[in-house]
Amino acid sequence: MSLNNEMIQEILVAKFGDQVSQFATSYGMLSFESPKEINLKVLQFLYDEPSLGFTFLTDICAVNYPDQKGAELVVVYHLHNLKENVRLRFSVSTSLENTDVYTATKLFESANWMERETYDFFGINFVGHPNLKRILNVDEMDYFPLRKEFPLEDQTRIDKDDEMFGRG
Amino acid sequence: MEHNHITLPEGSIEKTTTTLNIGPTHPATHGVFQNIMEVDGERIVSSDQTVGYIHRAFEKLAERRPLYQITPITDRLNYCSSPINNMGWHITCEKFLNIETPKRVDYLRVIIMELARISDHLICNSIVGVDTGAYTGFLYVMQYRELIYEIYEEICGSRLTTNIGRIGGFERNFTNTAFTKLEKFLNEYPKVLKEFEGLFTRNRIFMERTQGTGGISAERAMNYGFTGPNLRAAGVDYDVRVHQPYSSYQDFNFTVPVGTTGDNYDRFLVRNAEMWESISIIRQAYEKVQAFKGTDAEVYHADVPEYYLPKKEDVYTKMEALIWHFKIIMGEIDLPKGQIYSPVEGGNGELGFYLISDGGRTPFRLHFRRPCFIYYQAYPELIKGGMLSDAVVTMSSLNLIAGELDA
Repeated sequence: MSLNNEMIQEILVAKFGDQVSQFATSYGMLSFESPKEINLKVLQFLYDEPSLGFTFLTDICAVNYPDQKGAELVVVYHLHNLKENVRLRFSVSTSLENTDVYTATKLFESANWMERETYDFFGINFVGHPNLKRILNVDEMDYFPLRKEFPLEDQTRIDKDDEMFGRG
Repeated sequence: MEHNHITLPEGSIEKTTTTLNIGPTHPATHGVFQNIMEVDGERIVSSDQTVGYIHRAFEKLAERRPLYQITPITDRLNYCSSPINNMGWHITCEKFLNIETPKRVDYLRVIIMELARISDHLICNSIVGVDTGAYTGFLYVMQYRELIYEIYEEICGSRLTTNIGRIGGFERNFTNTAFTKLEKFLNEYPKVLKEFEGLFTRNRIFMERTQGTGGISAERAMNYGFTGPNLRAAGVDYDVRVHQPYSSYQDFNFTVPVGTTGDNYDRFLVRNAEMWESISIIRQAYEKVQAFKGTDAEVYHADVPEYYLPKKEDVYTKMEALIWHFKIIMGEIDLPKGQIYSPVEGGNGELGFYLISDGGRTPFRLHFRRPCFIYYQAYPELIKGGMLSDAVVTMSSLNLIAGELDA
């Protein structure tokens, strides 16, 4: 019998109880959340449980919601069960003060650079990562550029010297 | 007396390996890649990669642009097959906004995407040839990539960074010249591809150079997040076009070629086989497009005034068109709230767009799943213990595109 979103939800709730929450389906993809302390347990269960078999890590990225106090940073995992062809989205949230999240590199080799990228842009500290340093930005950078506290330049600003831009 | 001999670092006399720096710009890397390798003679003991030399902060840029302004950004990811990226982005937006595209648009898109796949694989495979010492194939097929670029040019006006199509369809209908050029390509290219295969596939030197180098098992490839031809060469028949059909790919008959060993030779064969499949898909799509007659043959976009720019003459003569034109150009259309992850089969793997909207005019967050960023991590494992000259071939046969890798 083919796997569907309701079955995944049932199996997860049976295993983790109320620690997994916020189940929702949007555009056909199931998404849910868990506390960041058990992110590895959830990923491992999704990987090992024969009826789930989410053995392919599609993507890891982070999102910054400045208005969610205490849960400003959200790490999003996209997983794929290639046999049943089912995808799901799993996320954990963390505060700006303590950005520790356990690394998934032991489970997926591919998580290595994805986590480095996430660290590079959002400053998520992946605990246990073998080589957590910046990947796309310069090593000397001392901020995390994709956080919302760094707005893009105001397009209406008028204090620019036109001569510097070849328009003088 | 002042001593003027060089003082070597501690332990460097005892060291039996050599540290070798290749890149960031080097004729053998075909892009901006740096590798610091530890070599013992010509064998690679270990290597360390540096990436990010052409990082342009696309994800941050996208946070202030309305949807239609993000298309030119996607051009610059995998620039060997930018139409696939453009279409992938339009398809993401259409799914997100629940826009249904007419069948004719889907088929036209399939033609463009498969042309782009051919040009992508063509470059990759001929570069593998160059790196094994055979320049002829590369020079020869460039002429036929030119034919593909001429088709793009006829459709959208540009060649490399195409910015082709709009949300909902195309900016204009395909002209007869475009179809004539397509027919010319379909007539001439198969013979050339056959000749190209004749040059390489059973070539003793080429086989010796590529077989058994840069191989990876299916399990490791999956664990490393391989997708596209590189994963299929390892024996996993995962193709987004089949697993999650978009743009009416379910209407076409094609096979998904797979390899067994995942080495450079298999990757080469898989790409060649995929080009044959692409030719067949284009033929089928062209037939389907030709079946539209009369007013049906005039359809080239969906009816979505909120996102699809009205015709210029309407803007000058009709009030409503003027309003929509203004609202689209000024980016005054609010998006619905929500999140979507939408993948397409890019030239080198699963290209995914993860779009989060908070109901504003621009994406709240946009993340690109760039296939070669993810599988390039496996490079040290692929080349370890092999010869330096094989590492060069492995790099080109992975189809690494710096623009996509660094986003």
